[in-house]
Amino acid sequence: MKADTASRIRNNPYFVELEAKRGKFGWWLTAIMLVIYYGFIVLVAFFKGVLGTPVFGVISLAFPLGIGVILSAIVLTGIYVLRANGEFDALTRKIVAGER
Amino acid sequence: MRQFRRALPALGLLAAASRAHAAEGVGQIDIAQTNWTAMAMFFVFVAITLGITYWAARRTQSASAFYTAGGQITGLQNGLAIAGDYMSAASFLGISSLVYNNGFDGLIYSIGFIVGWPIIMSLMAERLRNLGRFTFADVVSYRLSAGPTRVLSACGTLATVAFYLIAQMVGAGQLIKLLSGNLLDYWEAEILVGVLMILYVTFGGMLATTWVQIIKALMLLGGASFMALMVLIYFGFDLTALAAKAVEVHPKHDAIMSPGAFVADPVSTISLGIALMFGTAGLPHILMRFFTVADQKEARKSVFWATSFVGYFYILTFIIGFGAITLVRTNPQYLDAKGALLGGANMPAVWLAHAVGGNLLLGFISAVAFATILAVVSGLTLAGASAISHDIFASVISRGRVNEKVEMRASKIATVAIGIVAIFLGVVFEKQNVAYMVGLAFAVAASSNFPVLFLSMYWKRLSTRGAVIGGFAGLISAVTLTVLSKGIWVTVLGNSAAIFPYDNPALFSMPLAFLLTWVFSITDGSRSAQAEQAAFEPQYIRSMTGIGASGAPAGH
Repeated sequence: MKADTASRIRNNPYFVELEAKRGKFGWWLTAIMLVIYYGFIVLVAFFKGVLGTPVFGVISLAFPLGIGVILSAIVLTGIYVLRANGEFDALTRKIVAGER
Repeated sequence: MRQFRRALPALGLLAAASRAHAAEGVGQIDIAQTNWTAMAMFFVFVAITLGITYWAARRTQSASAFYTAGGQITGLQNGLAIAGDYMSAASFLGISSLVYNNGFDGLIYSIGFIVGWPIIMSLMAERLRNLGRFTFADVVSYRLSAGPTRVLSACGTLATVAFYLIAQMVGAGQLIKLLSGNLLDYWEAEILVGVLMILYVTFGGMLATTWVQIIKALMLLGGASFMALMVLIYFGFDLTALAAKAVEVHPKHDAIMSPGAFVADPVSTISLGIALMFGTAGLPHILMRFFTVADQKEARKSVFWATSFVGYFYILTFIIGFGAITLVRTNPQYLDAKGALLGGANMPAVWLAHAVGGNLLLGFISAVAFATILAVVSGLTLAGASAISHDIFASVISRGRVNEKVEMRASKIATVAIGIVAIFLGVVFEKQNVAYMVGLAFAVAASSNFPVLFLSMYWKRLSTRGAVIGGFAGLISAVTLTVLSKGIWVTVLGNSAAIFPYDNPALFSMPLAFLLTWVFSITDGSRSAQAEQAAFEPQYIRSMTGIGASGAPAGH
């Protein structure tokens, strides 16, 4: 990519919008996943007793929470795809169209 | 509704059948006998996949076809193939076995294997697709000096591939020997796996490898779903009844319901968590799959499908593991005189298949396990061969001056060489405890491949010097600390106490890689480092928009 192309795209308002929205969104989702996962790991490492509390019959709290972590990973990727394939791709198309 | 009513008697029939199997063990098992059902199903799988390889071979005439199937794989196909690549026999048999022995602690692995995916999705998949062509080293060397960074990436790739491959090859040999009823010797099984993977990869390239992985993923998901369904039917879809029975019959009783039996200290737990999460984002055979789709939209879809399939599968391993506790542990025909599992620690899922579905399901699940190993080793081999032919041979040794034909020939030679090395390593490690190998592969990926790849896409100041020093520091420290930990230092080498007290090095080796990369980048005032910083902007814009990306429809 030539330097003038790069600086032209840099100043394209659609690019600025894409950068701001996608950057923020991506880091938010990453942060949520990190908090959920390491929150869970901290429970496993330091609060074994809490996780061992039975909730459904003999099934302990550890199981619904653990399954919840797995489901949250699927949901977070799903949320990202939904927004990116609509909103972000529309912005990208506008930027690319401006370069043609 | 009508369909639902029609399905009900069928479910009832299944329930009756599953109880009958579990109670009487229809068709007595004898592991010295050849399991002909398993062998027949395995040969059907081999015949189909070789047919696909023949079909794919005619479409694999260019380097782009060989490495990336021409970028023509759809998001759903690629998602299935990633799932097929990722759900190794180690995770299917291994996690079921962990749950069988320790209950809840197996779930820590299942969770760790899945949480890297949202990170790949939101931070890496799009940029990888927009910047890379054949290997992740394409991305790392995009603005950095090609020679040193490609050598680093190739070393990281080959180390990850080798450790992963050893674990798969040893598992394959033991499993095939066992399930063929000693019809095949261990070394014959190794050669069989090695030759098949060489055939798939050399002739069919990425296209054949992708379809082998897709078929395997569907077989594994189907087989695991059916087993879990049979377990649920047996317990009348009452999970609390399943858990209560498991607690009653397991020697550890209540302890299987809470963490602690397997993952010992907090530091090891957190370290393992880091290795699993960030290692996923540094596995070369997974990263390579993002170059097989047309654009960033398909790359995103791939991650979503992969995460969904893998997550679903790991939830199933739980039902399978607890099913095995209740139905295999209590059945003397699967145990030897001392009460240990016939065929070794990895067999709970296989014997559960027999318990709920008789010889037919046992045969099917065994065939699935073979297929799983074959698909995973093929993906690993392709990633390793690409590092040798594309990164080392074509880019470093020949400085990009080879034509496509020569590069492809090099990649095929590399494939054959890796296949032979894999057979050799499989035989050498036969009697070794290789349990630590997959953990080591993830630790290296998290400590070397991931930091360098991530910083190359996100950090302007990254310089070649920083990347190479930090990347090698991560690689070497991950391997060294693993050697000094209990898994090798005590269990394999027979020393009395471990020098490195934790089970997994990633908590230390990954920050070390980041730290050294940072220090040696910010202190790098060389002219080349300044040029590399200046080149960040165009790289960043391409990584965000896809303008100029390989196979991109627009922006030229």
